[in-house]
Amino acid sequence: MTAPRSIELICPAGTPAALRGAVEAGAHAVYCGFNDETNARNFPGLNFSREEMAEAIKFAHNHGAKVLVALNTFPRAGTFWRWSKAVDDCARFGADAVILADLGLLDYAARRDCGLRLHLSVQAAAANADAINFYARTFGVKRVVLPRVLTVQEIAAINREIDAETEVFIFGGLCVMAEGRCSLSSYATGKSPNMNGACSPASHVEYREAGGHLVSRLGGFAINRVAAGQPAPYPTLCKGVFEAGDYKGHVFEDPVSLDAAALIPQLNEAGVTALKIEGRQRSRAYTEAVVRSFRRALDDHAAGRPIAAGDLRALTEGQQTTSGAYRKTWR
Amino acid sequence: MNAIPQLPPMGAAALRLAPLAPLSFVAARFARSLGRRHPALFARLGEEADKIFLIDPTDLPLAFRLLPRPEAPRLEAVRREAAGSWDARVAGPLAALIGLVHGAYDGDALFFSRDLVIEGDTSAVLALRNAIDNEEMDLAHEAAALFGPFESLARRPALELAAFAARWTGVALTRPGQGTRE
Repeated sequence: MTAPRSIELICPAGTPAALRGAVEAGAHAVYCGFNDETNARNFPGLNFSREEMAEAIKFAHNHGAKVLVALNTFPRAGTFWRWSKAVDDCARFGADAVILADLGLLDYAARRDCGLRLHLSVQAAAANADAINFYARTFGVKRVVLPRVLTVQEIAAINREIDAETEVFIFGGLCVMAEGRCSLSSYATGKSPNMNGACSPASHVEYREAGGHLVSRLGGFAINRVAAGQPAPYPTLCKGVFEAGDYKGHVFEDPVSLDAAALIPQLNEAGVTALKIEGRQRSRAYTEAVVRSFRRALDDHAAGRPIAAGDLRALTEGQQTTSGAYRKTWR
Repeated sequence: MNAIPQLPPMGAAALRLAPLAPLSFVAARFARSLGRRHPALFARLGEEADKIFLIDPTDLPLAFRLLPRPEAPRLEAVRREAAGSWDARVAGPLAALIGLVHGAYDGDALFFSRDLVIEGDTSAVLALRNAIDNEEMDLAHEAAALFGPFESLARRPALELAAFAARWTGVALTRPGQGTRE
């Protein structure tokens, strides 16, 4: 085995407090978004005002960390100005990179040539070398966040054929669909992460406790009923319980979270540049605990020490974890 | 996650007998002080600041109605059965609710483990959770701030009282790692 290459740890921040927590816990870079529909975590009370973003970038830079701003939703007709202004503001504030998905916005940012590094969001769902090379050649994209549907072997094959860095998810909520193309949330609520920045928006979610059972409704549809003492999932259709023929259960995917810490050496060997922690919608407590655990794991790996298993299950959806598609053992 | 401490039954029984008026008086002053000291909290709430929240510590014989109006925030202690109407209810052990304020617990994790119950307007709950998380408040320091110009004198006794109460009840009343530091 060759010596480990240095891997970047990319950490989530939904608030300025979470950003400070991530940086202090050892993040190499933090990704975050403005408090509007330009990013795919447009939740109530979350994200950064313009002033907060400018201050957060200064704070991160003063502590040796980078800030990557997610502008990874798809502008609707007539509203492109909101996304292009966000690109301009990122350049003005000195952000290190913008994470984009929309072709028009990529074109704008590339032509604007304002010194911002362009990263391709997982929302673009670029899952093969040809697609990635197109983005790199056409817009000068330097890094691609790969969809969570690839095995380690597929990631290695892609890295051999592309002239861009790759970033992969290492921990957190697991989106089982082709991101940027999933319309499940739209079916139930009329709103989607792709266009409105929120999957299963809170405005359409209702919880009710009845006889110890927790009933979750999305857009008026009952999508789950969890018995007393059982872990509760997020109120997304993909984690809902449905009847199909004689089967009743999680049709799409069990409520479970990604934890691929054990695969850090293999992902390193596969040529991955950066590991991404999901969870901009989570608290500072989550951010600090997860970032600290993964920074320790990366430092152990870089020093040639075995990676100690961290126990982050209590923080995860379903209170259980999986290595996801990296090892294809799904049903 | 470690088991969340429950308030000892003796403490809950004492509160059951206690009159609510003094508690509501302190709570009202506390809310006004928060409004002055943490304006960003209310700004982050946006339009959800118009909602009525029922903060319901399930191991206490009472709950709190919170009306986080930026210009005049209100917090009042109420008996659960007389709580009136509300837009959103957040219920859980007192230690969990205070732990959320202090950043000791993650709200989603408490929801996954069923230690936290959310009812009503989910958007309002999320906004409140995120706004509070960003403020990095310490309730013992906030209590000391109620003494106005004597805040610096009140801080050490407040922290020591918080530490004593935490030892007796198991409910941490300061942010993790803060202890009785000033």
